[in-house]
Amino acid sequence: MSITTSAAAASQDAPSAKPARRKVRLTDRSRHERNLGWLLAGPAFIVMVAVTGYPILNAIWLSLFDYRLTDPSGREFIGLSNYGMILTDGLFWQQFGITTFITVVTVAVELVLGFALAMVMHRALYLRTPLRTAILVPYGIITVVSAYAWAYAFSNTYGFVNPMLGLGEFDWFGGTWSALFAVCVAEIWKTTPFMSLLLLAGLAQIPDDYLEAAKVDGAKAWQRVKRVILPNMKAAIMVALLFRTLDAFRIFDSIFIMTAGAQNTETLSFLAYRQTISRVMIGLGSAVSVILAILVVLIAFLFLKVFKTDLSQTRGDRK
Amino acid sequence: MPRRRIRTAAVTSLTLFAAALTGCGGGDGGSTTLSYFIADGPQQDVAERCAAESGGAYDFNIQRLPNTAAGGREQLLRRLAAEDRSLDIVSVDPPYMAEFANAGFLRQFTDAERQEFSEGILKGPLEQSLFRDAMWSAPLYGNTQLLWYRKSVLQKAGVDPAAGPVTWDQLIQGATKAGVTLAGQGRRNESLMVWVNALVASAGGSILAEGSQNVPADQVQGELDSEAGAAAVKIMHDLAVSPAAPAGFTTAGEEDSRAAFQAGNGGFMVNWPYVWAAFDTAIEEGSLPPDFKDDVGWAAYPRVEAGTPSAAPSGGLGLSISAFSDKQDLAVEAIRCLRTAQSQKEFMISAGNPAALGEVFNDPEIREMFPMADQIRDGMNEATPRPVSPYYGDVTGSIQAGFHPPDDLNPQTTPREANQLLEDVLSNRRLI
Repeated sequence: MSITTSAAAASQDAPSAKPARRKVRLTDRSRHERNLGWLLAGPAFIVMVAVTGYPILNAIWLSLFDYRLTDPSGREFIGLSNYGMILTDGLFWQQFGITTFITVVTVAVELVLGFALAMVMHRALYLRTPLRTAILVPYGIITVVSAYAWAYAFSNTYGFVNPMLGLGEFDWFGGTWSALFAVCVAEIWKTTPFMSLLLLAGLAQIPDDYLEAAKVDGAKAWQRVKRVILPNMKAAIMVALLFRTLDAFRIFDSIFIMTAGAQNTETLSFLAYRQTISRVMIGLGSAVSVILAILVVLIAFLFLKVFKTDLSQTRGDRK
Repeated sequence: MPRRRIRTAAVTSLTLFAAALTGCGGGDGGSTTLSYFIADGPQQDVAERCAAESGGAYDFNIQRLPNTAAGGREQLLRRLAAEDRSLDIVSVDPPYMAEFANAGFLRQFTDAERQEFSEGILKGPLEQSLFRDAMWSAPLYGNTQLLWYRKSVLQKAGVDPAAGPVTWDQLIQGATKAGVTLAGQGRRNESLMVWVNALVASAGGSILAEGSQNVPADQVQGELDSEAGAAAVKIMHDLAVSPAAPAGFTTAGEEDSRAAFQAGNGGFMVNWPYVWAAFDTAIEEGSLPPDFKDDVGWAAYPRVEAGTPSAAPSGGLGLSISAFSDKQDLAVEAIRCLRTAQSQKEFMISAGNPAALGEVFNDPEIREMFPMADQIRDGMNEATPRPVSPYYGDVTGSIQAGFHPPDDLNPQTTPREANQLLEDVLSNRRLI
């Protein structure tokens, strides 16, 4: 349903000027349908604003205070001081670095593995359904459960990783890099299926004709991947990367279970948790959360700019 | 579409919306039902007995808190800060009580109630139930750590804790010489704070300056940059880098320590008395030989210097009443039953949690089950509670950040840096 004239129609009315917008008079039926739409969707819209918009605005407001939950009388408006303190604290930048490291490593590995698994799922001729199910099982497991499983696996007393690799009583969680390795393994194991699922959707959209034509033209397997498959999957790859990057950047549960933030493995989400929940410094924690939210928005913005992909086109919204 | 149908659809939609909003409401289960937040299973058994004995005067709606002390604190904090009226009696880990009391979340016990709930309570549990000379928690049970050892390794180690107090240095050297482990808790959580506090106190110091509980957060001063602080750091580092440290020492909690002690090269361990009952369970399950306990001995918590007393860690649980409860008088009545000697004996038998009442240790059944009963009682009398502070969350967080990992600590720099971190965090100048 459109309520404005098309650009072509507007140009006929005023060929030399900027296309003018003119309201179209709605029929009674259209008006009723529009009103009904608002009435039906209105409550859901109000609930959505209440559960998302209000907390965001409240967090921004609270971030301007020095406010400890256990000291309500000491609440004081301090403007942007919390932001200044956070951004000049070495711990914030250290944890920003750890977060970025985990994000880059896990997403990069997941992209390669996910693509390989997507190809397997796409090309499998036999047992396709059981194969897809098996590949997707890790993603169906709750993150906390998978983190516990990997924490036990890497345990130096009863884990299976050390005996398998002949490492004796090596303590994976006793050092920063080894602990981060374990965290990354758990994360990759858990979310690679998600990545492969998104990539599989992209693969399925490539017409077989393209690949046939490339084959006829003498393109080898790698050339077909590089010249046909990947360019045609650009939107799917971007969606997969964007979703996983945003997810990985907010990593919390795996680290909470596996190291509890020890050995300098804390991430920005952990920093927000510690200030807000453990220290009950509501103002400071809100400021960390706002910074984290801004970083997430920035990542999304960068992805859209770098990939130059208009997602609405892939949905067929625009012609 | 006719207007009437639109109106009907809108009314239906709004009705559903209103129903969704009000759907969260609920009753309190009746005016004599007390909502009781428990920290462990045996509390439920005792509560059920008390409710039955009350003759219908009160009943309990039992709610289980998370397993860890920090998790329990976080849940109670959130609920109490929201002035949740569905809480009546809450189980509070003693170090966090001052935080709750300072925030106005708890009901202060009256002088008469304080007198009643203090009578016969051992020194450690009693001290940690008070804040600014008022009682906010009725001690339900206490706790203290002991030194546990394998009798079979003593001769080779050249150290005998049964013959008299031993120091940490003696233990580290003895365990190294015998090729066995000295298990402790090096994990970055509350157990690390317990260890640091015991070491600093035994060396004659304290984590916070005297009077810290009465000043605003930004005026709290630490006392870690001292000889006592350096002595504590030296012991932690020496143990962490010595061959006596079990594998994974820097990530070991209480259960990891017990596993290390039970292993073939286990020698010494500092831990809470629950391990005695846990040995029985392991024997029943077949993971330990039936005669394992014959080889286990116990002694007072190690000291820092031969000439200074040890400062055994103090733990336990207290029962507090929510300031927002509508049934505070009924809650006091219930607490009278929940904390009786009989109840405390039941906690000790079922979970190995030592009673806070001294008289329970004279019970023949307790003495038979816990041959180290006198040692536990003495430990609880000599125990040094963790700092009583309305900002305890920040204090323990700073200590855990400043003293971890133990193998990276340096007696020359750690005390000063940890002290600075503590004061900066309390003044909202740094993050942890």
